[in-house]
Amino acid sequence: MRGARIWGLVPAWVLMLATLMVPLLIVAAVSVAERGSYGGFAWDFNPLSYREILFSEDWDGNLVFDPKYLAIIGRTLLLAGATTLICMALALPVAYVIATRPPKTKALLIYLVTLPFWVSMIVRVYAWLIILGSEGFVGRFWHWIGGEGTLLFTPGAMLVGMVYSYIPLMVLPVFAAIEKLDPALLEAGADLYGSRWTTARRVILPLTWPGLAAGAVLVFVPALGTVLEPMLLGGGKQMMMGTLIQTQFGGARNWPFGAAVALVLMAMVVIVLVINARRSIRKEARA
Amino acid sequence: MSTAHNVRHYPGAGLVTWVFFLWLYAPIAVVIWLSFNENRLVSVWTGFSMKWYEAALSNRALLDALRVSLTVAVVATTIATLVALSAAMVLSRNETMRFRRLSETVVNLPLLLPEIVVAVASLILFSQLGFSNGMARLIVAHSAFCTPFAFLPIRARMQGMSRDYEEAAKDLYAAPFTAFRRVTLPLILPGVFAGAMLAFVISMDDFITSNLLATGGTTTLPVYIFGLIKQGTTPELNAISTLLIFASLIIATFALVLSARSMRRG
Repeated sequence: MRGARIWGLVPAWVLMLATLMVPLLIVAAVSVAERGSYGGFAWDFNPLSYREILFSEDWDGNLVFDPKYLAIIGRTLLLAGATTLICMALALPVAYVIATRPPKTKALLIYLVTLPFWVSMIVRVYAWLIILGSEGFVGRFWHWIGGEGTLLFTPGAMLVGMVYSYIPLMVLPVFAAIEKLDPALLEAGADLYGSRWTTARRVILPLTWPGLAAGAVLVFVPALGTVLEPMLLGGGKQMMMGTLIQTQFGGARNWPFGAAVALVLMAMVVIVLVINARRSIRKEARA
Repeated sequence: MSTAHNVRHYPGAGLVTWVFFLWLYAPIAVVIWLSFNENRLVSVWTGFSMKWYEAALSNRALLDALRVSLTVAVVATTIATLVALSAAMVLSRNETMRFRRLSETVVNLPLLLPEIVVAVASLILFSQLGFSNGMARLIVAHSAFCTPFAFLPIRARMQGMSRDYEEAAKDLYAAPFTAFRRVTLPLILPGVFAGAMLAFVISMDDFITSNLLATGGTTTLPVYIFGLIKQGTTPELNAISTLLIFASLIIATFALVLSARSMRRG
């Protein structure tokens, strides 16, 4: 009976092996394959794609260091990092206010935080395209205060879109951490003549740190792979790794190079996940 | 205790929260509001009109995209829910089994990996296998990334559930499948429905994977919307977006209420 029950896991394992794990191994193989003459690739070992990330060939066929793609990787890390930090700064006060409401209001507010997350990503990004555009509310306000040009197609526009897309993933774990906080600790902070802000810094912040860290992983990982914001709000000129990968499989048709960039992105994600796993293991060991 | 001395009150935090919720809903509200604008220019309000909805609902290409999206979402949701249900049954019944953690991670794997990488990986695999039926490609890929969304509510429901009823069924000599159908399934049904609905919304809304895998005849609704956005913003686009917003919000609300209730009664 016990053995028979394990069979229930087979469909899940088969599905994930077939659609994620095996394909990822193939991506790794393709990243060191030869570029096909008419798009696609040919099975020939050639680690050229990784060299292409850092170097390009000049007129005489010499290898020259070319930071073109490194700049895209840097921009991706910078925007994903900034998104994470802004989400943290926003989520702390919001989650604190929600957590200190009566139970019914609390449930309603948490529902309102999650709800936009279920609206199609493309519609949410499109909404910002309208608002930030020169005819939109923010766009017109920008001109009214004397701003020049358009707000769209800038890193700032992408950042707004990314924070908007991923903020629920930060508010929820931070809220869960604040809710577990013992109010007596805050009273103790006050009784020991700590000001509100000292209590916030010395009591609330350290105790909500696990929630912030969990939220940071939940936001940072998908932010690294963002595709729609750079394509629409960044106007396609401000490339990120997600769009770079996408174009290699669309117009540019350099599959091995696209696969190499995809693997670099995967490696970055794995590093984040490993750091996070070690943190939670340490936490369990302490508890 | 006056608020001035209340350590739990932070001046400014309330204001930040109000602005936060305004910012969270303003973009959605703007799209809905402008979809009723009579003017062809998206942002110049001249009067109320439903004509863009009429235009949207008589647009053949849009209806085709909607049909593709619905077909993919229904089939993928069914597969994902069955896979998730079967996995959740095993994982909640055998807390001490070997590879439990690993299996749980595997079921949730699509949540951990960047979607663009998974989409590219599927594209390479499918093209290597000569698997070129667009609809089937979409269904397979969607089934995979919908599975964790179906899995989490079912798993939560089963964790909160007492096993006494199942034991009673077994004591009364119910065959395993009968016990499942007559006892376990009715008990976990709210979780299963909630999971299925979330999977459905996730499938309907997906852009990244569908955009890479879709072939000529299998444009999904979000991919079609993306094409329209590239041509420029139009009021008809606002009407289509509004319909999609309402569909997502209503289904997600049902699912969230259902799973919150099932947790409380567990």
